[in-house]
Amino acid sequence: MATEEHGSGLQIHPMDQFVVKPLFGDGPIEWYTPTNVTLWMGIAILAMVALLVLSTRRRAIVPSRGQSVAEMLYGFIHKMVEDVAGHEGLKFFPYIMTLFMFVFLSNILGLIPMSFTTTSHIAVTAVLALLVFLTVTIVGFYRKGVGFLSMFWVSSAPLALRPILAVIELISYFVRPLSHSIRLGGNLMAGHAVIKVFAGFAGAMGVASVVPIAAIVAIYGLELLVASVQAYVFTILTCVYLRDAVGDAHH
Amino acid sequence: MEGDIAEMGKFIGAGLATMGLGGAGIGVGHIAGNFLAGALRNPSAAPGQMANLFVGIAFAEALGIFSFLIALLLMFAV
Amino acid sequence: MATEATGEAGKAVGMPQLDFSTWPNQIFWLLVTLVVIYFVLSKIALPRIGAVLADRKSTITNDLAAAEELKQKAVSAEKAYNDALANARTEAAKIVAQAKAEIQKDLDAATAQADAEIAARAAESEKSIAVIRDGAAAAVSEVARDVADALVVALGGKADAATVTAAVTSRLKG
Repeated sequence: MATEEHGSGLQIHPMDQFVVKPLFGDGPIEWYTPTNVTLWMGIAILAMVALLVLSTRRRAIVPSRGQSVAEMLYGFIHKMVEDVAGHEGLKFFPYIMTLFMFVFLSNILGLIPMSFTTTSHIAVTAVLALLVFLTVTIVGFYRKGVGFLSMFWVSSAPLALRPILAVIELISYFVRPLSHSIRLGGNLMAGHAVIKVFAGFAGAMGVASVVPIAAIVAIYGLELLVASVQAYVFTILTCVYLRDAVGDAHH
Repeated sequence: MEGDIAEMGKFIGAGLATMGLGGAGIGVGHIAGNFLAGALRNPSAAPGQMANLFVGIAFAEALGIFSFLIALLLMFAV
Repeated sequence: MATEATGEAGKAVGMPQLDFSTWPNQIFWLLVTLVVIYFVLSKIALPRIGAVLADRKSTITNDLAAAEELKQKAVSAEKAYNDALANARTEAAKIVAQAKAEIQKDLDAATAQADAEIAARAAESEKSIAVIRDGAAAAVSEVARDVADALVVALGGKADAATVTAAVTSRLKG
């Protein structure tokens, strides 16, 4: 994982940190093999349990610090779902909370040095985005029937423009899971790769490496912000998409 | 020789692709600046629009991330 | 930047994200994780936090209601106190007025009695004065008749008692 200097020249492998490796041994990666993905997803589950279950086990009326955090997260997402997706969207609150907690904790845990960022992998984010896409589509057709298609037929536009708009809306609808997943994965991958590149500079610059190290500190702060903002954005976009399926037609 | 030219093309292409990030920067700056201008004009309405601000920034940024992804693909995958 | 993009010694790194051989593994573990998180959240965490929040809300509402009730009680207690105070005041005023009236009555009675006594005494005195005056007048008329008698006799006349008396009386009256 660390920067290697092989004789001459500077070798930086910013992508090495994303390699999926088996936890035990060096065998091939089957679908059931416990890998570092498994490890860090498991840690995310433990963190979630500690944050939301253990901290609230006393059910205190006057909350402790941990319980306040749990209640704050609950209230934050609950309000977001209610405000953006509407009252009907509250049925999907546990689902959205699951997405938020997983993305948020994976992002934050990925910032621990030497850790593995599960959400920087397109495979993971693509599945998350496809789940949202499928949920929205299925729920939309289930609740509204064919009326769900009226989303693509912009009735407020002039009649001549409507077919063109319908094509554009349709394309943007199907691009949603792509942008939804690439945004999350790309942001995290970019941040981690940049930090890695700067770390490679630091390893090769001797005393002057103070400069890249200071840059790493600054970027690390930015990455903390990006990690939480991307979790927030992923969740709020899920709510926005869900509004199309459960809310009233005009948006 | 041929391989070298292909190698060179990859790096040039990756460098060109990173220029797309400048567009994302302009877009995000535009959104944030306009939000600030509006917020200074009507500060009481600003907190209610924070969600829209972040969604807008996310949409603008995603396109920049796409170009970054192209650069990475050219560097490491092609 | 590295010029060797593909890595060395057979360790081809490239973009691990696009190494499709690891995708089934990641997707499998991701689905496991999501299912676990979903069940923990929807069965334990979210109902619990929701219940705690609802509890707190109802507690706060109850406390506010209780505070409102206590406030009402305090207001009514103050009102009762004020009422009692006003009652006591009117009672006291009544008693004072009664006492005053009684005293006045006694005073009036005493005054009346005194007045009556004074009047009686005065009447008595007047009566005795009248008796004395009558007595004096009688004495005067007797003295006058006697003098008249003596005068008549002295002047050589024959004193007719009745005539003298009438004459004296008429002169006394005049």
